[in-house]
Amino acid sequence: MSTPLLEIQNLRTYFPVRGGVFLAARGQCKAVDDVSLSVWSGETVGLVGESGCGKSTLGKSIVRLVKPTGGKILFNGVDLASLRARQLKPFRREVQMIFQDPADSLNSRLSVGAMLEEPFLIHGIGDEASRRERALELLQIVGLPPAALDRFPFEFSGGQRQRIGIARAIALNPKLIICDEPVSALDASIQSQILNLLLDLQQRLGLSYLFIAHDLAVVKHVSDRIAIMYLGHVVESGDGEEVHRHPRHPYTRALISAIPQPVPRRQRYRQILTGEVPSPIDPPPGCPFQTRCPHVQAVCREQLPPLREVAGSGRDVHAVACHFDL
Amino acid sequence: MTSTASNSGQGRGEVLLDVQDLAVEFDTEAGRVRAVDDVSFTVRAGQTLGIVGESGCGKSVTALSILRLLPQPMGRIAGGHILFRGQDLTALPAEAMHKVRTGQIGMIFQEPMTALNPVHRIGKQLSEAFLLHQQISPRTALERSVEILEKVGIPSPEVRVSEYPHQLSGGMRQRVVIAMALACRPALVIADEPTTALDVTIQAQILELMKALQDEMGMSIILITHDLGVIAEACEDVLVMYAGRVAEKGSVEDIFRRPAHPYTRGLLESIPRLEYPRKTRLRTIEGMVPGLMDMPAGCRFNNRCPHKVDRCTAEAPPLASVAGGHGVGCHRWRELPAWTEPVS
Repeated sequence: MSTPLLEIQNLRTYFPVRGGVFLAARGQCKAVDDVSLSVWSGETVGLVGESGCGKSTLGKSIVRLVKPTGGKILFNGVDLASLRARQLKPFRREVQMIFQDPADSLNSRLSVGAMLEEPFLIHGIGDEASRRERALELLQIVGLPPAALDRFPFEFSGGQRQRIGIARAIALNPKLIICDEPVSALDASIQSQILNLLLDLQQRLGLSYLFIAHDLAVVKHVSDRIAIMYLGHVVESGDGEEVHRHPRHPYTRALISAIPQPVPRRQRYRQILTGEVPSPIDPPPGCPFQTRCPHVQAVCREQLPPLREVAGSGRDVHAVACHFDL
Repeated sequence: MTSTASNSGQGRGEVLLDVQDLAVEFDTEAGRVRAVDDVSFTVRAGQTLGIVGESGCGKSVTALSILRLLPQPMGRIAGGHILFRGQDLTALPAEAMHKVRTGQIGMIFQEPMTALNPVHRIGKQLSEAFLLHQQISPRTALERSVEILEKVGIPSPEVRVSEYPHQLSGGMRQRVVIAMALACRPALVIADEPTTALDVTIQAQILELMKALQDEMGMSIILITHDLGVIAEACEDVLVMYAGRVAEKGSVEDIFRRPAHPYTRGLLESIPRLEYPRKTRLRTIEGMVPGLMDMPAGCRFNNRCPHKVDRCTAEAPPLASVAGGHGVGCHRWRELPAWTEPVS
């Protein structure tokens, strides 16, 4: 396929930081700063980063839960960033979202059946009988018993609730699902069940995913390509295997080396970063990683390194935002 | 810190804590439930025991009962002994237990913000720990606080002592909590998910710090976590808990290289690893942890176990000895197929 399903161009999402007597805007929190990213049909793009890096804000900007400050979000060629709320409605069918904690994202007053029928009501699809039939079918697809239809979210475990969240997200046959930390609240044995379900659904329904998570091992497992975010910027992107085997950015390297491996006494070089992530409110000029980078030079404090292509081509291009070839 | 007598006057490897047949019960609206049942383990001096298991397996309840901090009046120790340096903590009067808690066993919680008092300065909270045990002036206590903050790697500690918890980042707060737990040189530190709320690069810093402090001060650590990676990297001994019971225990090598319990094996197989080919199906443990009110009879893992036979529903398996300190709570551990490590 020649054009991507989703093409994010130079997206910026800033939040005003208010303070003082009249709550005047005193600065800007640059949650997402000049991010470009593409998702092709049928693939999974993983977005990894630590808390506060802007990965969730990016996801929410795509479904327009927050309004981007600038840049483009092209979905099948249409710029979602510039559409009004009313114009967005047809696209809401095509782009859905799965959240971290389904206990928070599911309406506790609605039965599972009512929740699964709601999307059809909103978009005026089918009659009562066909809606109920479709709801039952959705339950079966995500591996829940038909009896779940008349029960309420609190009656389910975390893993089952996530299945309900997934059923709701696939109800209208979307093309793209933004998965925002879909398994991080789940126990290990349940996490693998949900990851398998997402992989199955992708095959079966031809879905594309933007998979957002902090756990690189999880993201690498489900993704074709990955992007690493740090302080609002994408610092490295490329084919998942390639980025894992040949990480180019010092932050990616530190991130990989910090993951505790379930292998005892493994002798390996461990790079422990010192310092902490600076605040995205009025970040320092230059490279976002300069305060923690072991290779920092004078130029890093002055110039923001652009995301430059270092290997591969086309879809699988490996790009890194560092002034140096480490 | 040199003026403080070390609590860990024991040789490395000697048994410091010996928990025998611990049972913990809670009174709930639906009746009495047994959250921890027949749990035994030891912690050796200067070493780290990891307790791993999923939510509801009883790992935190076990830790709280060692400190006798079970929620009152619902929770109580229903049986067993907790021998700390030969002294049974379950039989200790409240006063003496308070002394143990504040002087000999330290605790680190998951969320440092709940462990710190938001309205007091860091220095005041740390000084409290010193003043409680030692006949020293508040000024000396504050100096000690600065020293210990420096030890846990807090930059410019003399400034930080006059700050409030909200002014610190999550990683820094957890360092303060560690400093507080170590203030009186405890012989044992219980850390309940100490890095779960932290980013992975900060987690690496904190685990490294705990290891370095252990090398220096010689305390034992009980590290409670759901993360097998953390266990593999930070512990010498491991206790795998499932539904309130011990599924398996042994050295870290036993658990990761020779797991004998279907649950331990299932856990090890279900975590995604960087080395796996992408987008392949992960092995799973089917079903989910039973609730405390509807535990299956016999082995509590039987409704999820691929190796279940009639015997598993008839009687609870005792902890069988595989070899040395390696124990497994499974009837069929001898008959299981040979274990192959998910990644060589």
